[in-house]
Amino acid sequence: MQYIIMNYTPPSDDADADSIRAAADGELWGAYTRALLEAGVMVGGEALHPPHTATTIRVKDGQREVQDGPYAETKEQFGGFYVIDVPDLDTALEWAARNPAAASGAVEVRPVVMRA
Amino acid sequence: MNKDPSRAVEQVARLSYGRLVAQLARRTGSLADAEDALGDALARALEAWPVSGVPDNPRAWLATVAWRRLTDQARHRALPDTYQMELIRMAEERGSTAECTSDPRLGLMFVCAHPSIDPALRAPLMLQTVLGLDARRMASVFLIPPGTLGQRLTRAKAKIEAANIPFAPPEGRDFEGRMRDVLNAVYAAYAVGYNGIPAGDTKSVGMAQEAIWLASLIAAEYPPESEAHALFALMLFAEARRPARTDKASGALVPLEEQDTELWDAACLADAERALAHAVRNPSLGRYQLEASIQAVHAARRRTGKTDWQELALLYTGLVRIAPTIGARTGHAAALAKTDGPEAALEALDAIEADKVASYQPWWATRAHVLAELGRTEDAMATFDRAIGLCDDPAARIYLAGRKSALLHS
Repeated sequence: MQYIIMNYTPPSDDADADSIRAAADGELWGAYTRALLEAGVMVGGEALHPPHTATTIRVKDGQREVQDGPYAETKEQFGGFYVIDVPDLDTALEWAARNPAAASGAVEVRPVVMRA
Repeated sequence: MNKDPSRAVEQVARLSYGRLVAQLARRTGSLADAEDALGDALARALEAWPVSGVPDNPRAWLATVAWRRLTDQARHRALPDTYQMELIRMAEERGSTAECTSDPRLGLMFVCAHPSIDPALRAPLMLQTVLGLDARRMASVFLIPPGTLGQRLTRAKAKIEAANIPFAPPEGRDFEGRMRDVLNAVYAAYAVGYNGIPAGDTKSVGMAQEAIWLASLIAAEYPPESEAHALFALMLFAEARRPARTDKASGALVPLEEQDTELWDAACLADAERALAHAVRNPSLGRYQLEASIQAVHAARRRTGKTDWQELALLYTGLVRIAPTIGARTGHAAALAKTDGPEAALEALDAIEADKVASYQPWWATRAHVLAELGRTEDAMATFDRAIGLCDDPAARIYLAGRKSALLHS
């Protein structure tokens, strides 16, 4: 059973604090990723550039509408995701609770549609 | 087992529904499919048993028929694990009815009260999957339109299946919190069947009894779980007083301390006291233990002829400390009115945030009584009006209107 773990982290407004925190955060994320790998549950995952680099597109009546910014403007930012393979939701939630974003922002867990 | 076929179907459905749903769902992971298959098997039993007679083991019969239907479905869907299901079906047909060590209905309750399920849906979901109550019957009690409730329950079951919520009771450090969620859902099922519903409404009375049944299952399965025993006791205490809750002549609600203790159900009270005695053997001072102890103090009036308000105030103080719900805080204030006087009670009532009590009827009723005692007649009248306006139980409305008019003519 595969689950996607989506990390939502609070935005940082101070660039200096940002770089200091980024270093510390980097270690946290590295440790978490290693734990997933060593437990043999990691299927995949990616970290994303911040939301201000996002572009959203819709096609209405054949016309492209391109918009600067992410699809949903939320306080917490979607920063990346992991896909893990574990037996059930309880185990997935255990892993989600260890995600660094769980303490600072929020983590969404969703089952992945499996094809036979 | 009853030999009248339709009665037998009803009986086996009543006793075995949740167990069968749990067994079927645990193997397929789908509550909805399990319920459909069992519903189909029950319909077949209603046709077959009057002709062929009631089988020796009705539950095994239903399990086999439901299982066959599920495996037929599975074959259509060409699931890869059909072979495994086939093996289980063969085992089932050979009459192997060996149960796993724990009651499968417990696992089902833990699924229904899983933290990932909307808390408002946990109680109706549990009543439906464990006891087979249909959404139409529950809708009016839970104050949700039948179609809406049905849809939400369907969606919850789809989530359970898609997200693969495990069917086994949790282990380790999660257990305590998960057990609390289960107990809270059972209590919610009981509360909708007891409060806020006209006292003579048989539909909701039935619901309260179903909830008591669920609590007894949990208590039987987890003997050391003192909160489960306490919840069972709490519900039995309240149930024992049901016959005394309304005045036969006027239809008015009779407040607890004015009820005729002769009308209380003595056997039910004895069961309640036994359950509470079992709970306090392992004192945890959890929420339900305190609430059941409060009920026990009220019940003691049957023997002593008076209510020990000091003891009640003490228990409420403890309850407010661990579970500061508006219900507990209002109860605490009512006890203070007897022990420390109406000023202290008013102070405790007014300490509760106004937005939390705006539509909480017991707070307004308690405040009206306290104001009347303080001689603030005009304020009391207005407050009685507010409480009357918030009543959804006609019996409570009649009672409060009576108190208000007594005040007017005093």
